[in-house]
Amino acid sequence: MSHSTPSGNPEHYSQIWTFRTPRARLALWAGWLLLVALFVGCWHVMNANTMWVFVTDAPTQAADIGNRMFPPRLSYLPELMKPLWDTLNIATLGTLFGVILAVPVAFLAARNTTPSPLFVRPAALFIIVTSRSINSLIWALLLVAIIGPGILAGIIAIALRSIGFVAKLLYEAIEETEVSQVEAVAATGASRAQVLNYAIVPQVFPAFLGISVFRWDINIRESTILGLVGAGGIGLKLQSSINVLAWSQVATILLLILGTVVVSEWVSSRVRHAVI
Amino acid sequence: MSQAASYPKQWKRPPQIIRDRRWRWAIQLAILAYLVMAFGSLEVSWSRVIDGLERGQRFVEGFLQPDFTSRWRDIQQGLIESLTMTLTATVVGVLVSVPIGIGAARNLVPRPVYMVCRSIIAVSRSLQEIIIAIFLVAMFGFGPFAGFITLAFASIGFLSKLLADDIEEIDESQAEAIRATGASWWQLLHYAVQPQVMPRLIGLSLYRLDINFRESAVIGIVGAGGIGATLNTAIDRYEYDSAGAILLIVIGIVMVVEYSSSYLRRFLQ
Repeated sequence: MSHSTPSGNPEHYSQIWTFRTPRARLALWAGWLLLVALFVGCWHVMNANTMWVFVTDAPTQAADIGNRMFPPRLSYLPELMKPLWDTLNIATLGTLFGVILAVPVAFLAARNTTPSPLFVRPAALFIIVTSRSINSLIWALLLVAIIGPGILAGIIAIALRSIGFVAKLLYEAIEETEVSQVEAVAATGASRAQVLNYAIVPQVFPAFLGISVFRWDINIRESTILGLVGAGGIGLKLQSSINVLAWSQVATILLLILGTVVVSEWVSSRVRHAVI
Repeated sequence: MSQAASYPKQWKRPPQIIRDRRWRWAIQLAILAYLVMAFGSLEVSWSRVIDGLERGQRFVEGFLQPDFTSRWRDIQQGLIESLTMTLTATVVGVLVSVPIGIGAARNLVPRPVYMVCRSIIAVSRSLQEIIIAIFLVAMFGFGPFAGFITLAFASIGFLSKLLADDIEEIDESQAEAIRATGASWWQLLHYAVQPQVMPRLIGLSLYRLDINFRESAVIGIVGAGGIGATLNTAIDRYEYDSAGAILLIVIGIVMVVEYSSSYLRRFLQ
């Protein structure tokens, strides 16, 4: 006891400062061990059927494809203009329909505007989760099987995927609106619809425009590949070029997609800066 | 009194975003012109759509009465591939993206390193997962290994960009305090940067795990293994009840992963 400090610290306290207590260190170590074990286990299961011959062969394959892709066949570009226009239409009209459907869902899902938090809100949230967890390519796969290949399937696929995204961000924006404005409008004797129109809509409108343009930008990216499953646009050309192993055409298409994506990203960031 | 009489009885809300009337008209006209052109170039065979409605009805029925049993072996195989692919790709993606993310933070590294790391990020972010998957399947052959590389590559762009942005926004005073003790670069990284960005890095990794699972359901369509391949087969065979079962499983797992990762993030922060 001769070493105990004036404040009465027991002797078993270490005199050297450490970042964590021994127990926390042990838990952390066990957690890492578990993660490594899980990783090794998953790696074995995943690669049970992997043909390592193909994997070791990959660099030569890559060099081969690279050689065939270069130089890109630029004379193919004029043929791509119509599919590109289709792609832009899929993205834009899909976003438009998605947004139109997402607005009511968002108002039903927001805690402060939903008519019934017990019944309607969970239903709206379920719509949002379903739409968000299924990628637009899977929606397109289903819709091509149902309503046939073409642009319409692409538009509906993009719209269905956009509902969840737009509605989720919009309902979060609605829940964050200021209550005092709602109270002020309600105090004038406004009806529920008028409160929505004059107190909530003006507060979320800039956010709404920003979200829509953001989603449009994402949809441009996604609509370029929808053609892989037959839903129209430039992806169809990509698929047919890959099928005949015309890698120089593939390179041209990829360059065009890259250019479109860069332009749409620029437009969307300009618009978002302007409205927010 | 005369002034009050000329005052409008009805109040109209002023326009919010675009104040100039001419601009409003121009933009509305442009939107209208675009819509006319877009709908004009739409080629839809309505007879095919009407034929498809009956099939759509069968799909909805399949979704409401999913068939988990008859293709259970395929579904199980696809799920195991998807889940293992997701985990390994996320772990490898995090391991690779940490050094790249540190290299892409302007306040820690010299300019040439910054440029190299930022361009790696730009390449990884600009390409869609599915396009990368097409190429990697061509290189590595069919199966989950190509999917694993695709997801790891896509994770690198996502994680290192967000990590680098986060490191650039750290509280400089802490870094300065550590530097004032004569710490080396590695010590600076360990004692000033790591404690500030670690919670966010863990959160981002969990978020990426969630995204990777969703993506693993898609890249199977082009042959990169996982539940997407099973789904594609089920739809090609017109087995909508099996497809409905697969979609329900995917939605369920996504929900579980999303809720548990948001819970874990709250617990860790």
